[in-house]
Amino acid sequence: MEDLNNKAKQLLESGAVKVVIGYGKGTGDTRRPIFVRAAEHTGDLVFDAACTQNLATYLTKAEVRAMGKMAIVAIPSTLRSILQLAAEKQLREENVLALTVLDGSLRELATFAAIEETVATIPDAISNADQQMIDKLTAMSVSERRAFWAAELNRCVKCYACRSSCPMCYCERCTMDSNRPQWIPVASHAVGNLEYHMVRAMHLAGRCVQCGTCGAACPVGIPVHLLTIFAEGTVRQHFGQKGGASAKLDYAMTTFKPDDKETFIR
Amino acid sequence: MADAFEPKMTAFVCNWCTYAGADLTGTSRIKYQSNVRVIRLPCTGRIDFMMVMKAFSRGSDGVIISGCHPNDCHYTSGNYHARRRWMVFRDLMDFMGIDLRRVTFSWVSAAEGAKWAELVNEATNTVRALGPYKEIQQLTAVGID
Repeated sequence: MEDLNNKAKQLLESGAVKVVIGYGKGTGDTRRPIFVRAAEHTGDLVFDAACTQNLATYLTKAEVRAMGKMAIVAIPSTLRSILQLAAEKQLREENVLALTVLDGSLRELATFAAIEETVATIPDAISNADQQMIDKLTAMSVSERRAFWAAELNRCVKCYACRSSCPMCYCERCTMDSNRPQWIPVASHAVGNLEYHMVRAMHLAGRCVQCGTCGAACPVGIPVHLLTIFAEGTVRQHFGQKGGASAKLDYAMTTFKPDDKETFIR
Repeated sequence: MADAFEPKMTAFVCNWCTYAGADLTGTSRIKYQSNVRVIRLPCTGRIDFMMVMKAFSRGSDGVIISGCHPNDCHYTSGNYHARRRWMVFRDLMDFMGIDLRRVTFSWVSAAEGAKWAELVNEATNTVRALGPYKEIQQLTAVGID
């Protein structure tokens, strides 16, 4: 952590970056995102096991970009998000610098190639709890799953925190906000809620880095991240390509192979 | 099911193959069940998964999605893109508890009038046996539309 503070200080003092996006102390033991713009505030930066939010979502926000070159304190999922954003031409190499702590030592990753290299060494696995939930759900019958999601999504208030917290949900015009045609009713209602979460998962399939930040952001505790993790999982299984692995690869749903294998089309 | 439930089927078809195929079914005087409402779209690549969800929330009991066989796409690759999307969408529908027996995917070419009739009959019979799609319709009944 000392290293991180010093590095951030040095970067800001030299003018190499204009803002450091990192974690600060939140309420109690929680951590919250902070944007450090002056060298004297780098002492506010914190990095420990409680830093779990994927901060990459701020990299595409106009307000943050307007500050100038960004350095970001990155956990593994943040690095993956950076690569996916780069692959989708949402991020320029010269505008971002990742600071990541691996095996107790601070690394400064200035190029996408360096990030790719680092990401390749980190095993990506979803948490045991999430895997167990997905296994439990897939073992259920369709009507049980329907009941499970109906009960969960019934609590959804359509605050769109899952959308806002997601690094990959950067569209300025979202399907959700479209009112001509209105695909999804604005009100928080059982039918629209089901569709909203389906759209979110479909739009993230092949791009999701499975960080789980959407689920953590949900104020009513719906495990919405299971949907995106599942959708991403099906893409990996069918097409052998995963989100956030490369800064160059087209994502799986915008390409195809003539010999894609399915079993259900008659 | 004795009280004659007739399912509402929505078919999303592409302009170049399945729509022409369905037309051939008619010109060949092949009879098939009239439960289906055909919606013609330029290409299967245009069939947004939201259309399927909209069909269900607006009262469809079953959906048929059909287009050109691989390699036959008028726009060369629309059906390949669609196929990828369906593969993921179908798994996701299943994961979210949508009954997959109500959604039929197919390739029907402009020469396969008989296949279209068979497909519609089969899908309609399946859905008729399942009954109305209460799980979704209950939701719509209480709220906004």
